[in-house]
Amino acid sequence: MSIIIDEELCTGCASCMESCIYGAIELDNNIAFVLPNCNLCGACVEVCPEEAISLDRDDVKAQKIDISQFKGVWVVAEHYKKKIHNVSLQLLCKGRELADLLQVNLSLVILGTDFDDKLEEFSLYGMDEIIYIKSPILKDYYSDLYTKVITELVLENKPEIILIGATPTGRDFAPRVAKRLSAGLTADCTGLEINLETRNLLQTRPTYGGAIMATIRTPSSRPQMATVRAGIFKMPEKVKKNVNIRKLEYEFKEKDSVLKIVKVISKTRNSVNLEDAKFIVAGGRGVGSKEKFRIIEELAEVLDAELGGSRITVELNWLDPDRQIGQTGKTVSPKLYIACGISGAIQHLVGMQNSGIIVAINKDPNAPIFNWAHYGIVGDLHEIIPALIEEIKKTKSEQ
Amino acid sequence: MCIKQVPGVSEVKIDPNTNTLVREGVLSIINPNDRNAIELALMLKEKHKLEVIALSMGPPQAEEILREVLAMGVDKGVLLTDRAFAGADTLATSHTLSLAIKKILKESNSEEKYLIICGAQAIDGDTGQVPPELAEELGIPQITYVLNIELSEDKIVAERKFRATEIVIIETQLPALISVLNDINKPRYPSIAGIMKAYEKARLTYLDSNTLNADKSKIGLNGSMTEVRKIFIPKRRVNPIMLVGSNEEVVQKLCQHLKEDKIF
Repeated sequence: MSIIIDEELCTGCASCMESCIYGAIELDNNIAFVLPNCNLCGACVEVCPEEAISLDRDDVKAQKIDISQFKGVWVVAEHYKKKIHNVSLQLLCKGRELADLLQVNLSLVILGTDFDDKLEEFSLYGMDEIIYIKSPILKDYYSDLYTKVITELVLENKPEIILIGATPTGRDFAPRVAKRLSAGLTADCTGLEINLETRNLLQTRPTYGGAIMATIRTPSSRPQMATVRAGIFKMPEKVKKNVNIRKLEYEFKEKDSVLKIVKVISKTRNSVNLEDAKFIVAGGRGVGSKEKFRIIEELAEVLDAELGGSRITVELNWLDPDRQIGQTGKTVSPKLYIACGISGAIQHLVGMQNSGIIVAINKDPNAPIFNWAHYGIVGDLHEIIPALIEEIKKTKSEQ
Repeated sequence: MCIKQVPGVSEVKIDPNTNTLVREGVLSIINPNDRNAIELALMLKEKHKLEVIALSMGPPQAEEILREVLAMGVDKGVLLTDRAFAGADTLATSHTLSLAIKKILKESNSEEKYLIICGAQAIDGDTGQVPPELAEELGIPQITYVLNIELSEDKIVAERKFRATEIVIIETQLPALISVLNDINKPRYPSIAGIMKAYEKARLTYLDSNTLNADKSKIGLNGSMTEVRKIFIPKRRVNPIMLVGSNEEVVQKLCQHLKEDKIF
């Protein structure tokens, strides 16, 4: 396996050098050459305007499967207290779009118990079919039982796409299922598209902390599996339609799992709910100190908004970790996002770029956050925010 | 323990003028989360009688991180390095790691009782997929996103972060695999004596695809089901409306806009 550069076609334009995140291509005498630290990711192949680069694969690819047998889009539901997690509903919305393009059915797969009286309510979210796996033990999450049930279902029904929430649960069983099925799995996708010709799912995800986006496909294996975080896709509209319900009962006993749930501990502190917040006010390093964060909190209070922050504010202990927004924190999509003193490192941007309206307040006119904001104010946030609080109070009292 | 060498920053910087990656000054380090895995292994070693082996797959320079963990107190390091491993996705990576683990277990006669510890995820790829895939490949139970663990003769009891407000305590038999979060502990620094020891030759073993008897169709690029179609730098999304004037003027303008946008 290697990257081959056709020296006759290479013009020395350096596009490949710029595309290489490993710094593994250099120019010698205006001809590109590959260094030993090349990771064979193939990114340079796509960018070369002269088509001078090719990825030479050994012809030992594992046995190919007949991918045309696989049809349909599945969403595996995550649930909590008899409700479906928002991320699963958002996946149904995206899944509907993909299923329509592919002209196949969209199915929701639920593993649980006592959902019988909820299926009618769930059936409003646009799927064609609900596959309900019922077993009393599945009121809790067991990685091994989930893996067993889902792989068996996949082998029998052969869906071409499976979408799973990138939650601690989804990220636990999805890789295990993928391994058992030898299926490709892409984590934390922020974009999902279909190539209609090949029926390949084009999965775009941030990598290297979001500095780079990669589009990934699984050309020779099915199903194509992807996890997606909450807040990336829209919530579906409710529709009334005929939904086929398949209920399968499993006789699991506790000893069927190698795992034993000793207990579940709930933390009773005020829970922060950034994912569902309509308004968010977030602060960054520019706020200055923990004490000075008070003004950001005040703005949040006036707006009835949830309070958030960039990673550095959590590292400096100005904010609780569960308020962190970005690649290593929460992904949010409020109607209004006010970024105060946040420069806009890409790892923060990937966590809030789907917000409805983004307002940026920063004293540095060159801060990258302005490239992502709908409204920008250059100035000292400690002067602007108090004025803004007054103005909002005034606006509210007029209404 | 499985560890990985990654670029020493959580975010690769982009030069705003050329829109290309800035590579100067980016050192390679141990993936931060993996340091927590090492610290946990060393703490368990202090309490129980066990041997701690660190395993990494990567280019020859990944030897640096194995020397560093040896200096922290790890007993042995194993580096899987071969051009044939390059281009691996998580499926191919977990397969390669499993081959090495099986070999190590067989040679040390510890196939019955072992614990694999991984960091929950790496700061470069950030998928967190290798630990469950490795557990599946080894046919052992997994507990991911672990905040605390008790190890006894033949079982573990682990606290797993389940939701923002919930922790689940799970018990399982050994052998098992866990992946740990960074809140589990504070990793130690290498000691001077440790650094001296780290360069003893016998402590580091190199394995390649031949010594692992690897099926070439299951490793590296060939063994990968996913392939990178393209890599790009995210582009700006909107042209901002910049509000200028006195503080009072700008906040008035902002509220006016937000009213028109039906936010208020």
